[in-house]
Amino acid sequence: MTDMTADLDINNSEQLRYIAAQAADARVNVELETEGMTLNIGPQHPATHGTLRIVARLDGEQVISAEPIMGYMHRGYEKLTEVRTYPQVTTLINRIDWVGSFANEVPFILAAEELMEVEAPPRAQYIRTALFEMGRIANIMLFLGDMAVQLGGVTAIFYAFRDREFVLNQIESVTGGRFHPNFNRIGGVKDDLPAGWIKETKSSMQKVRDFCDEMEDLVVGNEIFQSRCRGVGVIPADVATSYGLSGANLRASGVDWDLRRDAESPLAWKDLDWKVWTHPDGDSFSRYWVRLQETREATYMVEQLLDGLPTGPIMAKVPRIIKVPAGESYVQTENPLGAMGYYVISKGELTPFRVKIRTASFSNMSISPWLLEGVYVPDIATILASLYFILGDIDR
Amino acid sequence: MPQLPGMLVGLGVTAKTFFKTVFPDGPTKPPAPSKGAHTVQYPHEKEAPPARARGVIALHHDNCTACMLCARECPDWCIYIEGHKELAPPRRAGGKPRQKNKLDRFDIDFALCMYCGICVDVCPFDALFWSPEFEFSEMKIADMLHDKGRLADWMHTVPEYPAYEAGAEVKIKKLPSPSS
Amino acid sequence: MTLAHFLAVNPPYWVETLTKIGIGLVAVLLPTGALVYLFLFKMMSFMQSRLGPMEAGPYGQLQLLAEFGKFLQKEDIFPSKADRFVFAAAPFVVLVSTFMLVLVLPAGPDTHFIDLNTGIYFAMAVSSISVIGILMAGWGSASKYSLLGGIRAAGQLIAYELPLVLSVVGVVIMAGTLNMKGIVAAQADFGVWFIIPQFLGFLIFLVAIQAELTQPPFDMPVAESELVTGYLTEYSGIRFLLFFIGEFATAAVFSAIGATLFLGGWTIPFVDANAEIMDYIGPLVLAGKMILIAFLIFWFRITYPRFREDQLQRLAWKFLIPLSLFNIVVTAIFKVVF
Repeated sequence: MTDMTADLDINNSEQLRYIAAQAADARVNVELETEGMTLNIGPQHPATHGTLRIVARLDGEQVISAEPIMGYMHRGYEKLTEVRTYPQVTTLINRIDWVGSFANEVPFILAAEELMEVEAPPRAQYIRTALFEMGRIANIMLFLGDMAVQLGGVTAIFYAFRDREFVLNQIESVTGGRFHPNFNRIGGVKDDLPAGWIKETKSSMQKVRDFCDEMEDLVVGNEIFQSRCRGVGVIPADVATSYGLSGANLRASGVDWDLRRDAESPLAWKDLDWKVWTHPDGDSFSRYWVRLQETREATYMVEQLLDGLPTGPIMAKVPRIIKVPAGESYVQTENPLGAMGYYVISKGELTPFRVKIRTASFSNMSISPWLLEGVYVPDIATILASLYFILGDIDR
Repeated sequence: MPQLPGMLVGLGVTAKTFFKTVFPDGPTKPPAPSKGAHTVQYPHEKEAPPARARGVIALHHDNCTACMLCARECPDWCIYIEGHKELAPPRRAGGKPRQKNKLDRFDIDFALCMYCGICVDVCPFDALFWSPEFEFSEMKIADMLHDKGRLADWMHTVPEYPAYEAGAEVKIKKLPSPSS
Repeated sequence: MTLAHFLAVNPPYWVETLTKIGIGLVAVLLPTGALVYLFLFKMMSFMQSRLGPMEAGPYGQLQLLAEFGKFLQKEDIFPSKADRFVFAAAPFVVLVSTFMLVLVLPAGPDTHFIDLNTGIYFAMAVSSISVIGILMAGWGSASKYSLLGGIRAAGQLIAYELPLVLSVVGVVIMAGTLNMKGIVAAQADFGVWFIIPQFLGFLIFLVAIQAELTQPPFDMPVAESELVTGYLTEYSGIRFLLFFIGEFATAAVFSAIGATLFLGGWTIPFVDANAEIMDYIGPLVLAGKMILIAFLIFWFRITYPRFREDQLQRLAWKFLIPLSLFNIVVTAIFKVVF
């Protein structure tokens, strides 16, 4: 057989057929070259949460280097916001992290409220916090099921989707949309809670807690899951902070950092009695464990919020046409995926001048080349699943 | 070495779900998985979305003055409005004829629509309403453009506004009476 | 067994052969379909709080038929660099081992295809042929990725052959014979099914067939690529269906072998093992016990995540083989002393 890697000879039909076959293989999203064994976990991937491409060079079973290539889902948010009014921007940014629905709107609205020097009334803040935490619960429940599926236990994801329905139904009852609530307004929230909502939400929180117990039995306690995850993808605390990780990834490495407790925020977290969960190990198992505990904690927070809901208006006095005065403000909140922040520059017009969106998953992904060095191929799935990113959040 | 207990507990979880699905009323009644499973067998059974669900937008003609606010505020520019001014007879004998806006065309392209609700919010005359209907798929994309008549038909499906929780200070809005 | 035993007439040789082939096909395909419907479509769905296929036929019973029809009308795709013969022959090699396995299964005092004196030995040997089929699939696909999946599968299947065979040796020692009918008769004589004294062997057998079938938690060859299905990647249409049927047919046949070895085969307690009636009820009894063991296999499949390849190998070589050797020694001691 002639050398297939020699220079292209247009008359060599065998060589041409080989090249064509390689190209055909590439169309199946799996390219394999003989030298250096480059494995292309292509953008169309049934396992990850969207169109992420990871180019991994393998030495047999081990990864020598892995490079994530993002941008397949870039939708141009920051450019779009320059030509949209503030209510329109609120609608659009729902879709950045599409599973943590409500949480996307909050930092932007808070930044705009800071510039307008408007404060939403307490009832609105409580409703916002409750919906924020419910968005967190919906988001993390998906993760709890999804990580088990990436590891092969197909049952968990059905439980996750089944019990998430209860939370999504509650979000839909009050906002009208399951995934894109579009409920925040500058100065408060759009509408008040319908009758019976508090009781139903509390029962759905109980169902979420039952689901968390089920996940502990089915997944966390399972020895196979533990042996796949313990010690895999260890991130020491100093490396985590230096790479800009946030959210549960950081807390799972033992760093006690939570913006809900540490940052000044008009939302109602300071009125609640809750706890920040950390884990000292920093491996994939601890990331799963921390998120499981956070989900349960969030259900208790929602119940406290609904018990202590103050009476009053839900909207402060704002003009009909929103023109935010000139200035800059940056608000960062503890979103389900990590720390999400909006840097809003306004020139006093109907539209913002510039909105820079700092998303958690983009910074979380930055650690993956360092983290994926030297692991086995099956561990790539474990580590990426445990880091938990949403492509809309990475690519905006 | 795997210790059996953790794995056995996992088996217990799946077995428990199995029994809850097949015998939702307890082991004494006959098996009824269609009832126990969480699957809603659409289109044989249908779940009703909540009253506030954003399904489709309905138009109440009488209130609309063709002010164009909704068409301007729509992020997708999917509302097409055309209107003209008409002279209506004066209210009292001997008075001036009144100028009224008459709506010629009000189309919403639901293939473009983001279902965000900004149009419903900004309408100063309460002419647009949300309806939880969602079964309006079409074979041709062009049929997703709902014209004035079809939008008026959706008004029949708009539910009454639900009451609020205790402690709310917002007044419950009322739907307009059906247009003539 | 000859047909003359069941019918009054003595049919010519070719009629008898064709009938046996037909019965053999039914004996493999009917349990396969039942297993696919009961466990894959329905039990898996109920364990996941959902209903599974419900539209094709009453309660989705004709879903497999619908899938068969769907696969029949798909394009027959060959990768351009594939070795056509190897690629095409691989699913048949896997199926051949399954059909040959069913030859030695006794389903009644006189209901069997062949009464081999080395029945279980033949079964264990023939079950290894499927490894060749999988390697052929991995190699013939002309994709280095499929090749990797095939090689991993080969490593896993060969590693788990040993615990499988060694767990069976315990039963053979207790029965004193390799003959499958003899093993069933020995359980009837012993009074209690071999699952009780050979419980450890039964557990090892279950784990080993879970790995032999590449079912979770041992399905690294099938899901390791995280994309498609390892060595099955390039197969589509009817060829994929052949692999699919092969997977479930092998599950059915291995469960039946497990039922014969550990659960007393076609015998029912309190009924004389040599009664005439058992010739007709025996297959049904065997099918029932097969469904029991298949239930266990699929229950594990649904519940557990998968092992990594090195963990899998470590489990086989460092844990299961010493355990099964220990089982053999203890069985031998008990057999000699008592």
